[in-house]
Amino acid sequence: MKYDVIVVGGGHAGCESAHISAFMGKKTLLVTMNKNNIADMPCNPSIGGTAKGVIVRDIDALGGLMGKVADESHFQIKMLNSKKGPAVRSLRCQADKTTYPKNMLKRLESTKNLTILEATVENILVENKKVKGIVLANDDEIDCDSLILTTGTYLKSNILRGSTNREGGPHGEARSNFLSDNLRKLGFTIQRLKTGTPPRIKKESIDFSVCSEEYGDTTFFTFSHDDAPKYKIEEQQKCYLVYTNEVTHQIILDNLDKSSMYGGYVTGVGPRYCPSIEDKIVRFKDKLRHQLFLEPESMYYDEWYLQGFSTSMPEEVQEEMVHSLKGLEKAIITKYAYAIEYDAIDPLQLKPSLETKIIENLFTAGQINGTSGYEEAAGQGLIAGINAVRKLDNKEAFVLKRNESYLGVLIDDLVTKGTKEPYRMLTSRAEYRLLLRHDNSDLRLREYGHQLGTLTNQMYENYLNHLKEIEELKSFLKSTKLEINDKIKTYFLEKNYSIPLNKTSLFELLKRPEITMEFLEPIQEIPFNESCKEIVSIEIKYEGYIKKTEKEIERMLKLEEKQIPKDIDYKKVKNLASEARQKLEIVRPLSIGQASRISGVNPADISILTIYLKKEYGK
Amino acid sequence: MEDTIVAISTSLGVGAISILRVSGKESIPLVNSIFKGKDLAKVKSHTIHYGFIKDKEEIIDEVLVSVMLSPKTFTTEDIVEINCHGGIATTNRILELLIENGGRLAEPGEFTKRAFLNGRISLLEAESVSDLIESKSESQRRMAISGVNGRLTAIIKKIREDILNIIANIEVNIDYPEYEDALEITHEYLKEKGKMIKQDLELLVSNAKVGKLIKSGIDIALVGRPNVGKSSILNALLNEERAIVTDISGTTRDVIEAHMTLNGIEINLIDTAGIRETEDVVEKIGVDKSKQIIDSADLIILVLNNNEKQTEEDQRLLKQINDKKYIVFVNKDDLETKLILENNLNVIKGNTKELEGLEKLKQKIIEMYNLDQINEKDLTYLSNVRQINLVSESLKSIEKSLEDIEKEIPIDMLEIHLRHAFDVLGTLIGETYEDELVDKLFKNFCLGK
Repeated sequence: MKYDVIVVGGGHAGCESAHISAFMGKKTLLVTMNKNNIADMPCNPSIGGTAKGVIVRDIDALGGLMGKVADESHFQIKMLNSKKGPAVRSLRCQADKTTYPKNMLKRLESTKNLTILEATVENILVENKKVKGIVLANDDEIDCDSLILTTGTYLKSNILRGSTNREGGPHGEARSNFLSDNLRKLGFTIQRLKTGTPPRIKKESIDFSVCSEEYGDTTFFTFSHDDAPKYKIEEQQKCYLVYTNEVTHQIILDNLDKSSMYGGYVTGVGPRYCPSIEDKIVRFKDKLRHQLFLEPESMYYDEWYLQGFSTSMPEEVQEEMVHSLKGLEKAIITKYAYAIEYDAIDPLQLKPSLETKIIENLFTAGQINGTSGYEEAAGQGLIAGINAVRKLDNKEAFVLKRNESYLGVLIDDLVTKGTKEPYRMLTSRAEYRLLLRHDNSDLRLREYGHQLGTLTNQMYENYLNHLKEIEELKSFLKSTKLEINDKIKTYFLEKNYSIPLNKTSLFELLKRPEITMEFLEPIQEIPFNESCKEIVSIEIKYEGYIKKTEKEIERMLKLEEKQIPKDIDYKKVKNLASEARQKLEIVRPLSIGQASRISGVNPADISILTIYLKKEYGK
Repeated sequence: MEDTIVAISTSLGVGAISILRVSGKESIPLVNSIFKGKDLAKVKSHTIHYGFIKDKEEIIDEVLVSVMLSPKTFTTEDIVEINCHGGIATTNRILELLIENGGRLAEPGEFTKRAFLNGRISLLEAESVSDLIESKSESQRRMAISGVNGRLTAIIKKIREDILNIIANIEVNIDYPEYEDALEITHEYLKEKGKMIKQDLELLVSNAKVGKLIKSGIDIALVGRPNVGKSSILNALLNEERAIVTDISGTTRDVIEAHMTLNGIEINLIDTAGIRETEDVVEKIGVDKSKQIIDSADLIILVLNNNEKQTEEDQRLLKQINDKKYIVFVNKDDLETKLILENNLNVIKGNTKELEGLEKLKQKIIEMYNLDQINEKDLTYLSNVRQINLVSESLKSIEKSLEDIEKEIPIDMLEIHLRHAFDVLGTLIGETYEDELVDKLFKNFCLGK
């Protein structure tokens, strides 16, 4: 039996990889340890969030599944940062942990060219540094031309609570015992990472009357560019806010040596952005309380997720900690919090296509690459899937640039800087985020999707229509001029706005910071949909800022164009600082631009490198 | 194509003439935009043109401009060179104008680097370029790149830290919108903090001007017709017989330079040969030089004779110094007043026999340059044009953010200006952006699931 592409792991990365590979016409096999855990959400019951929500939009723009499945599986959706600037708005939904995996599985099962197999993979077959297939735990071999590893936290994973250290993945699933060792044998650097999850609480045991309520938005939103909203606003579910108190803090401090982290039972490096509650209390001693959120996991069972309370304390201490919280005095813990340690590879050993530098046609995506988060995983899965197919078709790798998508930022950061902790996407990591917005995701990426062959005709058409409407709106605004009469004068004066000259176009008017389309609409109908209005308003209002960003991008792209030959010998480049030389040797950047982003490589080193290239290669 | 770079290519304040060099595809339109004279876009390659450098309508200097078109130039790009008068103030002003109009201040060695990269100079020469940017230790490297001393670095680091704290806080507001422990940065807050940062940067810039005075001193030229007493004034100021003082017109044919200190600041006094039309060849050389000195000095002291009526020459000199910093010293006020002069703040009367008038002259100089305040100031200063420009650029970004606060531009957009200010200051002290922000984020704020 031989497949074009095999994907190992059915998490968020694996689903996208397998789907896109099959959609692009490759005979694809998805190997998962447990079909029921496909697209499982072992941690928080939400999809999206700041920056992450834009990743989901971008995945959708490129033909991926996450946005569409999230749209049909959530019970609350919210636009974050809606009161801030347009560049930082991002969607987040509370996704149903029962519905989401089911809906994903349904889509995968109906994908042509895709087979799903339940098995554990323990080794990969390699010949002449090129991937040949996989070996299952029962020693069966399956051949393939291209292999994508999306193993999540299942490589040699250990679950930790206090001093208990148990082998296994989330939900007590079996782990893969040998795959990471076999990867090490092939030349991969394996690092140990750590993450954690908070306790789950039985719904009936919570006294919600003393917790404050958190609502979703009352306007409709979708992650997908193609689907209309399928939910009812009145059916959106509430979340709740609770706080830790001095008693909680004292319990934690008294038991600190019992926690896996502080008791010295953990070797993996945990993410700073996702500290355990004991971390927060130790590091921020003067904080009298910490915020926690209670979020339902599903409409089909009654467990609630206690966001912000991730811990590796023993079970009995967790009981005490939870019961010290107001509203949770009688809480029944249905699942205790735990820390999980797992093996990951060093992403510096990856190319920007997510193919490994060591083994040809071997790709990796998701937590195995040192990232954290469902969305980061799905995004990489999509890109790895696309590139596995393109490699087989002898086509150039699809690499998004930092100014094109958060996915470009994510992958560039990984392969250029590496990571020592699970990497989470943050808006602050994107220097050109003004262009990487929620609203313009399809404008940035659908054309690529079309060229790559990852979109249905309908998806591409939706984009073309959107584009056309935007152009129509622009010319409408330019050609529509405001006749100033007494009524309009009063309208402006009421708001204390200066009265425009007669026959000023709406386009010109919107350049004024205080004037919005909403303000104009009572005096001049603007018959276009909201998403067009949003894009055009942003483009008009923030033109100066957008131009400034574009100028910076231009400078960055010039450096990207300066390629570094693959066979360069950094030992021969005189006068490089030794740290820079080391880093350059490990990363082996493809361009001067990428080289300049490596930490420890200074502008002087870049000058020296540029001069060397000119001298040796005449570039 | 690369962007257009500018730099002063002669050492500042030394020669009577300074040369500014501009290289890149925008060189010609760039210089054209501040040049009054021929349209440089229409002139032939490798030609020299007379004209003026102007800032909008104000004339800054009388210059010669050489236009050299690609590819037969040092960098192989279009190059324009501006020959202007050597004074520090004028040369810097022109440089600033070029930068304001879109030029970028060249990195050290950048013209040579371009010459090499564009294939203009040889491999052997290239090695020396490489040496140019080579230095032994990391701290030396940074110093070489920045040329900033330790004390100043500490000050700039502090300002960067202030900016970074604000940026990190804004980022937390964005990435963790529901996290209520972090302060929500408002326009009011940003306005207050922005103003403080602005003041810090302004202080650096104004100290920079003091810095230049401390480093280069003030060039003062004594001018006037022959025998009005310039050399006597010089001697009285110096308390020594430096210049030959005689009653025969035209004795001081050479330019005499002498140094004194006023409130710790070096004053370079330049006594010129009497400026007047002359047939005497030896004296003519001195006269030509005097004219140059007027153009390049920081301050002119024009000496007139109280005992004589104003001559045509006096009038011409008065006109010549009009757009410069100047003091008119009416000498020989112990003799009968025959000179009629319009009332002017910058006129001081006196004679070399009594000290009173000379003291007034010194006081006037001190006043004009605020020299009495210098000793009290912290002597931390930026010492070169590149540094001053980088700080000014950072200051401009902060000012722009303050302006945009008034327009209620969202905070996360304003952050673009703050980041720019932060990055530019980083360039100055040789620190790159890297992961400082993300580190800050997690160090200062308690975030997580």
